[in-house]
Amino acid sequence: MKKVLSGNSAAAYGSMLVRAEVISAYPITPQTKIVEKIADLIANGEFKTEFVKVESEHSAMAAAVSASLVGARTFTATSAQGLLLMHEILHWASASRTPIVMVNINRGLAPPWSVWADQTDSIAQRDTGWMQFYCESCQEVLDTMIQLYKVAEDKDVLLPAMLSEDAFLLSHTSEIVDIPDQEKVDDFLGTFDPEYKLDVNRPMSFGSLSMPHQYYYEFRYKIAEAMENAKNKIIEVERDFEKVFGRSYGGFLDLYRCDGADIVLVAAGSMSSTIRIAVDEMRDKGHKVGLARLRVFRPFPVEEFKKLAKDVKIIGVLDRSFCFGYEGAFFTEIKSALYNMDDRPLVKGYVVGIGGRDVTLDVIFEIIDDCMKTTDTKEESFKWIGLKG
Amino acid sequence: MGLKEIRWHGRGGQGVVTASELIAEAAILEGNYIQAFPEFGPERMGAPIKAFTRISDEPIKIHSQVYTPDIVMVLDPTLLGSVNVTEGLSDDGILIVNTPLGEGELRAQLGFNGKIYAFNATKIAMETIGRPVANTSCAGALVKASGLVKLENLLDVTEEKFKEKLSQKAIIANKEAIKAAYEAV
Repeated sequence: MKKVLSGNSAAAYGSMLVRAEVISAYPITPQTKIVEKIADLIANGEFKTEFVKVESEHSAMAAAVSASLVGARTFTATSAQGLLLMHEILHWASASRTPIVMVNINRGLAPPWSVWADQTDSIAQRDTGWMQFYCESCQEVLDTMIQLYKVAEDKDVLLPAMLSEDAFLLSHTSEIVDIPDQEKVDDFLGTFDPEYKLDVNRPMSFGSLSMPHQYYYEFRYKIAEAMENAKNKIIEVERDFEKVFGRSYGGFLDLYRCDGADIVLVAAGSMSSTIRIAVDEMRDKGHKVGLARLRVFRPFPVEEFKKLAKDVKIIGVLDRSFCFGYEGAFFTEIKSALYNMDDRPLVKGYVVGIGGRDVTLDVIFEIIDDCMKTTDTKEESFKWIGLKG
Repeated sequence: MGLKEIRWHGRGGQGVVTASELIAEAAILEGNYIQAFPEFGPERMGAPIKAFTRISDEPIKIHSQVYTPDIVMVLDPTLLGSVNVTEGLSDDGILIVNTPLGEGELRAQLGFNGKIYAFNATKIAMETIGRPVANTSCAGALVKASGLVKLENLLDVTEEKFKEKLSQKAIIANKEAIKAAYEAV
């Protein structure tokens, strides 16, 4: 069934389609409409779920971890300051191996206050042990939610997953979304039934003390291993999803006109679609430009980047976030992934769109132009684009 | 058709975003692709706001804001003195305004050389709905002035969109408002 849905509504419908059994969330702009839409769906009898009202995001995530530990399929959503407040419990979620799926609306962090698109909030959760996905359209938000439960609940993965979408550019933008049949989603996902869970009839403890000589070290290794396992699972689920639902998003790296490209731009989120238009215009003029949309940030697609880099001269990386004291996170990590290649391309970094500054076609053309003008192939530059004087 | 961009001006609480979505939903019925979004930011009752609709016969890729709309629709006449409603609108564009003023007076006030449609949406809303809610009348006028979607499709999506929120009587009144505005421009 096709409907006009915003990115927020798509997330709410996603939670209903996967039959989330427990939802615990605290409203925050621009995520509020997710919570409101879920409340509507519950109120009109369409959605049977346990909605846990909480007084903060810290509690929202704590409730989600608990619900997931008893074996309930669990959903939550937040944004920016709310995500930061959850930070402690994000580690609890991954180390408790609870496959919670959370939608985060990428929004700037205060001060000064900003409610607009900025990926610093989720990038700052890089090391929490959560998988991280970035979406480009409202349809992708809905479809990725279904995929994420399948990946997260796999017995070889059992890790939480965060789906990020840009504030307003997706959260409040209505697009045509095809809502898949409930039966198909049920068949695809199955039910969540973890081998180990909190159960009064089969008592066991979770998260108790582990001394240095005991198994803390090994538990951490198991998380690292699970992230590696997730790599194959993400590809497998994407392939199976396409067979059933007829849509796919390129797995880790969504490559657009990268065949024979000299210059490839890398970006995540909604600006990718604007880059597609720029790529088309450049190709029409005979310039070999492509886009590699970074869809999955954790686990990081090292092999995919190496494969892409073999035939490319320049990779231009667009970061909608900044790690103070160094550079954009995508820029750093892509360079790191390519470091051991014998013949690697030049990688250039660009900061754009911080705090919702619009990433227009002109911004993209400026970056492509900067890449094209590069003659010194050893020059590793990093720039903030469009700073006001 | 290519890509058409509409900018809606109104105030928080007047149903501006709903109007932008109604036109988008009608366009889908005709096999077109759409985007509809409000001005990016917190919305306050009574404060000037904008909303946007993009319609195209091809999938819409762009995810940045609208700077050069093809059509501007002004739902609230009191905005004219304080908001630059013709910003980015070229002389090839269309300006539609809910106003008690005539086209000549409006043109003189705004200094706009393109096509202008002036009509009294608030009056139509009072006569049909009984309240000064001009969003559906404005959608009706936009359909006539732009030719982007068919009147019957706007009426159908209005019925569909409002059926859970409004009484059948109120839905009929809104459809009457749409039809009256369609005839008025």
